[in-house]
Amino acid sequence: MNPIYKNTALFGLVALLLLGTGLVQGWNSALLILNMGLISAIMALGVNLQWGFAGLFNIGVMGFVALGGLATVLVSTPPVPEAWQAGGLRIFAGLALGAATVVAAVIAQKQLQGRVRTIATLVILIGGFFVFRAVFDPAKAAIEAINPASTGNLGGLNLPVLLSWPVGGLLAAGAAWIIGKTALGLRSDYLAIATLGIAEIIIAILKNEDWLARGVKNVIGLPRPVPYEIDLQNDPGFVERAASLGLDPVTASTLYTKMGYAILFTIVLLILLWLAQQALHSPWGRMMRAIRDNEVAAEAMGKDVTARHLQIFILGSAICGIAGAMMTTLDGQLTPGTYQPLRFTFLVWVMVIVGGSGNNFGAILGGMLIWFLWVQVEPLGLGLMNLLSSGLEDGSALKDRMIESAAHMRLLTMGLVLLSVLRFSPRGLIPER
Amino acid sequence: MDILNALVALANFVIVPGLAYGAQLAIGALGVTLIYGILRFSNFAHGDTMAFGTAMTIIGTNALLAIGITFGPLPTALLALPFGIAATIGLVLATDWLVYKFYRDQKAKPVILVIVSMGVMFVMNGIVRFIIGVDDIRFADGERFIITAREFRDMTGLSEGLAIRTTQVITVVVAIIAVALLFWFLNKTRTGKSMRAFSDNEDLALLSGINPDWVVKVTWMIVAALATTAGVLYGLDKSFKAFTYFQLLLPIFAAAIVGGLGNPIGAIAGGFVIAFSEVTITYAWKKVLTYLMPESLEPDGLVQLLSTDYKFAVSFAILIIVLLFKPTGLFKGQSV
Repeated sequence: MNPIYKNTALFGLVALLLLGTGLVQGWNSALLILNMGLISAIMALGVNLQWGFAGLFNIGVMGFVALGGLATVLVSTPPVPEAWQAGGLRIFAGLALGAATVVAAVIAQKQLQGRVRTIATLVILIGGFFVFRAVFDPAKAAIEAINPASTGNLGGLNLPVLLSWPVGGLLAAGAAWIIGKTALGLRSDYLAIATLGIAEIIIAILKNEDWLARGVKNVIGLPRPVPYEIDLQNDPGFVERAASLGLDPVTASTLYTKMGYAILFTIVLLILLWLAQQALHSPWGRMMRAIRDNEVAAEAMGKDVTARHLQIFILGSAICGIAGAMMTTLDGQLTPGTYQPLRFTFLVWVMVIVGGSGNNFGAILGGMLIWFLWVQVEPLGLGLMNLLSSGLEDGSALKDRMIESAAHMRLLTMGLVLLSVLRFSPRGLIPER
Repeated sequence: MDILNALVALANFVIVPGLAYGAQLAIGALGVTLIYGILRFSNFAHGDTMAFGTAMTIIGTNALLAIGITFGPLPTALLALPFGIAATIGLVLATDWLVYKFYRDQKAKPVILVIVSMGVMFVMNGIVRFIIGVDDIRFADGERFIITAREFRDMTGLSEGLAIRTTQVITVVVAIIAVALLFWFLNKTRTGKSMRAFSDNEDLALLSGINPDWVVKVTWMIVAALATTAGVLYGLDKSFKAFTYFQLLLPIFAAAIVGGLGNPIGAIAGGFVIAFSEVTITYAWKKVLTYLMPESLEPDGLVQLLSTDYKFAVSFAILIIVLLFKPTGLFKGQSV
């Protein structure tokens, strides 16, 4: 079959699945799946850039997504003036000291030789750590003491929440630069595990540094780029228009806001897709694939492999950061406890592999399709189990067990999907051309 | 006296828990390292293999308890351990035959096998949840303590107590037995020697007539035994929860890499390095320092370098620092 027809059919299938959800479970559910599917597609696009284009094995996606979420809080929430007065400057002085320590240690590593180097580095790092704590800790305690039930953090810049999307990208890019500078020299397995660890470190910081974003106390009620449902319901013009479409105002308002998000997300996805397609078909994209396929040969041709790897690592991570900021905006809250590697790293990888690594359309298809499955497997599994156990007596142990276990279908199904695709169609549903 | 008190406090909160945790990590890391050395990929499903083995052991324990068999003062789970190991061997051999063999025959790149192992991780995780659910399960029975803090205080007259739990001693003893058996096997038996030869130089090993299928099978069996043992020891010491075993994968990888992937001695050393750094960096040193310092210099804070929630972060920070200075780990690991 002509690949164009096949790909259109595959995207048509996703559309049909969403339409089916809308008809069976209601349009609110369908839009909910669509919105998270669009965000997942963007994450998959970012991972595809790193893995599909350049063969970089990054399993720290979760960390960059979380940084995007952090950006939403830092950009859009109002500042807490009392907290700034209590220790705002001091906390930044502490952070600056910490950074200076690291820089000094790196310089010592580069400039000195032999045993002096080891001793100097150790002295700088250990001494720097205690100086950093001496400045930082009192400020942290002072800030976190201010009204901890509702703030306890420095707050943000009180800017429009949409601005946090690019800022999320920048924050993730900055982190990726630091990580790439240190870890990109490692071999693929080691790089993978190092990125996995760095993601865990980022989450640990988000959970514990309450002055930054309230830690596990969560930030709720983030501003939204779309109108609130309740405002729409109180708007006579909106109610009238809803009535003319035959909808009650409550349903109409929830659909309206979700549609608003869907349109915003689609715009971002299309822009990123266009950029990624341009990159793929440019000389730069060809160079990246050449490096991926044969690093030694590319190096012999005079390509700076390390620099290119760093570049694409930053770009891919930035996309994940944007997606993270969008997700937190959609949720309206930042809950660091919910960032789990199974969901935000490994599931994104399933999306990329199933969709087709090296192909941007494949990544998007994978993102939408796998997200749909992730949400729907549980109700489908429950239905299946009800059907299978319908012959059994009510209240029998086996029946209860079967119905209860439907809740665990998700991971099993995702694993089976990943394994079958890897086995029978290793290049994914939409292979690289 | 103060010095003795400080030593006891240190032993109670740092040395004993560190030894037990380090032994658990070391056995876990040995499994990861063996897979890496012989099958040449980082097995992401290892944590869930551990969870499966532990779940099977718990089922065996419950069955034994149901027919009234206990292990006296020791946990019954130790009696059920062989059953758990046998079930896990069955699972990993089936997985190898169904999944990994195909890629091995194709001579797929190691990184593809890593991604395949992610799929296996999902499936195994699902299976474990199917079998045993997601609840927190405590399955340690028998005597809880070898010596309690109060007994120790009464016995020695010190003001600090030292509590040693049965599970901690069992962990260390079982770990020593397991490691001794493994090294005896690798160094003395014919199959063990061929495994080492295979790990060092695959082509040369094949040339000298080693049967690769057999080597792979034996490796999986040993890994299943190690994974189940590590999982059961960890579960006895803390508790069993399907999800914690996935999280345990992170420090286990850190231990294997810090020691040098593919190097069994490195895995053991790495386990203890990671365990002790986690414990010492997140321990509040106030108590120990209060005993040691003159009164005027006593610390007022907790003297905790990092909060306990940074436990996993510590293992990774160490991992990254080691990788930066010694890219193949402390003991020379393999680089494919």
